[in-house]
Amino acid sequence: MTDHSSTLPKNLAPTGKEKFRARILPLLIMVLILAVIPMFSPSRTAYSLLAAVGINIVFALSYNMLLGRGGLLSFGHAVYFGLGGYGAMHAMRAIELGEGGFWASFPIFGLPIIGFACGALAGAIIGWPSCRRSGTPFAMISLGVAELIAAAGFMFASIFGGEEGITGDRMNGPELFGLSMGPLSDIYIFIAFWTFVGTASMYAFTRTPLGKLSEATRDNPERVQFIGFSPVRIRFMVFIFAGAFAGMAGGMAAVNYEIFTPDSLSLNPSGFVLLMAYIGGIRYFPGPIVGAIVLTLMQSMLSDFTEAWLLYLGILFILIVTFAPAGLSGILYSIGATVRQTGLVGAISQVKIKLPASVLIFMGTLILIETSTRMSNGYGEVFEPFGLSLSLGSPLTWFLIAGPIIAGVALLWKAKTDAQGDQA
Amino acid sequence: METFLFSLLNGVIYGLLLFMLSSGLTLIFSMMGILNFAHASFYMLGAYFAYSFTQVTSFWLALIFAPLLVGLFGAAVERWGLRKVHANGHVAELLFTFGLAYLIDEVVKIIWGKNTVDYQIPAALDFPLFELFGAQYPAYRMFILIVAVAMLAALWFLLKRTRIGLIIQASLTHPHMVGHLGHNVPRIFMAVFGAGCALAALAGVIGGNYLTTEPSMAAFMGPVVFVVVVVGGLGSLEGAFFASLLIGLMQTFAISISASFGDIFGWAGVSPTSELGSITISSLAPMLPFLMLVLVLMVRPNGLMGTREV
Repeated sequence: MTDHSSTLPKNLAPTGKEKFRARILPLLIMVLILAVIPMFSPSRTAYSLLAAVGINIVFALSYNMLLGRGGLLSFGHAVYFGLGGYGAMHAMRAIELGEGGFWASFPIFGLPIIGFACGALAGAIIGWPSCRRSGTPFAMISLGVAELIAAAGFMFASIFGGEEGITGDRMNGPELFGLSMGPLSDIYIFIAFWTFVGTASMYAFTRTPLGKLSEATRDNPERVQFIGFSPVRIRFMVFIFAGAFAGMAGGMAAVNYEIFTPDSLSLNPSGFVLLMAYIGGIRYFPGPIVGAIVLTLMQSMLSDFTEAWLLYLGILFILIVTFAPAGLSGILYSIGATVRQTGLVGAISQVKIKLPASVLIFMGTLILIETSTRMSNGYGEVFEPFGLSLSLGSPLTWFLIAGPIIAGVALLWKAKTDAQGDQA
Repeated sequence: METFLFSLLNGVIYGLLLFMLSSGLTLIFSMMGILNFAHASFYMLGAYFAYSFTQVTSFWLALIFAPLLVGLFGAAVERWGLRKVHANGHVAELLFTFGLAYLIDEVVKIIWGKNTVDYQIPAALDFPLFELFGAQYPAYRMFILIVAVAMLAALWFLLKRTRIGLIIQASLTHPHMVGHLGHNVPRIFMAVFGAGCALAALAGVIGGNYLTTEPSMAAFMGPVVFVVVVVGGLGSLEGAFFASLLIGLMQTFAISISASFGDIFGWAGVSPTSELGSITISSLAPMLPFLMLVLVLMVRPNGLMGTREV
């Protein structure tokens, strides 16, 4: 007689404690952070920056439903953000008119729901033809559709308001939770609430059967067909949800900025959301959140320091695509894993050559970019870090540009040949 | 009649410029599966390099050296950039070129400024060639036509009548087999990428002064070039040629039609003063290529003359 009970496979399902730590705890921490921020009584600029961050978090997460979870590269995601925003904007105007009926009892606080609905509707209409293809054709269709909708945005002035866009006033209609929506602190609560709702529901979506099937369709559409599902229909449903959450972000933006222009439908914001999601890291759920925070801060703060911030953004993006396809969050995760495995000292010894080398190369490049942007502006302004006067004509500048870059490249080269020598 | 003839000529020239731009992209796309977002940026670089050349030397040197330089730059991008990213799949490659387009845009703004540069037609070609219905036709447009046709003939000869062309054609469909036969396929890819970029730059050299040379020219041309490649069909230079001409003619003719929806669909009750009715055909011209793109991808994924699906 053999004891069958001992041959039973080990139960691999996560325990209740693990589930709580992986699924509930991060959301609780998010609530805590959102609740703590107003206690530091942020300034007006900080409040408007936080609002932009919140909107971008929801927008970038919705984009990642397509790119990261569904494997669908879209170049026109801003279309759904914009259409949702326009829907919310028109609703806001209807509330402002206050002619009774449905809109008379609709609070401004709930406008992201209108945005959600409009985004979902747009996703359902546009997604039906475009989700039949995946990969590069899908990317191309999204590009074509985005160009068409953006052009139409400038043509139909009664809906999109032409070049100036349409404006509204958020201090109307019934008040929910006693918020007049006037002061920035009220808007903060509004943005924080919807950022949390968006993040939590998009996370919940990844746990649904549809969310799991969307990942399966990304990895192997053929096998999804074998288990009896249609990849086209799964893509279509994911597309609708992604459009809906983008529309929700649009509704948040409509209330926050009280203006929407056809520019918000165009290729530029679509490209920006792609950068946010990818730089943050599309393989991890929190990746787009990291990307949205970093890029929004870059957009508003780095642009004060340097005119070439878009160039830095482009360089960052290229570096991420080339060397760290898992994005910033991937870098954070791998640092964490290395520290756990080898301890802090081991982790530092792994990067003791690469890190200073990269810093050196970055310094040289920075000086090159800063001196040349000032030169190209033609105002005779000179880049003066630490009291040094670095004009493009002086040999000191070129020494400071070439020196660090050459030293950095040499260090990297040496590290590489050493590693090869170790292997041989 | 007069508008028709001029539109026809201008449309053909625009179409040939488009073909010059897209021929390289078609080759790159069908060979490596990379839809190069930065292709139009190489076109822009061609125009700017040519402008810098004409400041120092002459247009004729620019015509030779600007494409060469851009071609070398393109080959370097393939060798040290794309080849590295290739391991991460097609989406990573597409994103790499997307970032590269961003980067080239910004660098061009730093080096040459944010405004239009004064890249002029060479004096030797700046004269009216002939007169039609009292309107003069500039000689430079005929020059574009000649260069484009010469390039077309050279490309056709290279691809269809030489051994190099045979190997390239084979690598389009059977890269592994070509590799097994002892050819260095990565090097072929690099060469084709460089040559494609050089062709785009040539279009920039002769088109930059015909159109305008400004930092937004890449963003303006880029999507249209995609349309040509997709509409023409994967791996088909002939398809790209006809698609270029089609789009060139379509856009030029649409611009010259001033009729509005109200005039055309008046019978269906569309009033010319309403918002829909006041849209003119000429204002639709920039949208037409994208309408075609979406329709072709949905209805005929092979494109006009492609042999396989995109």
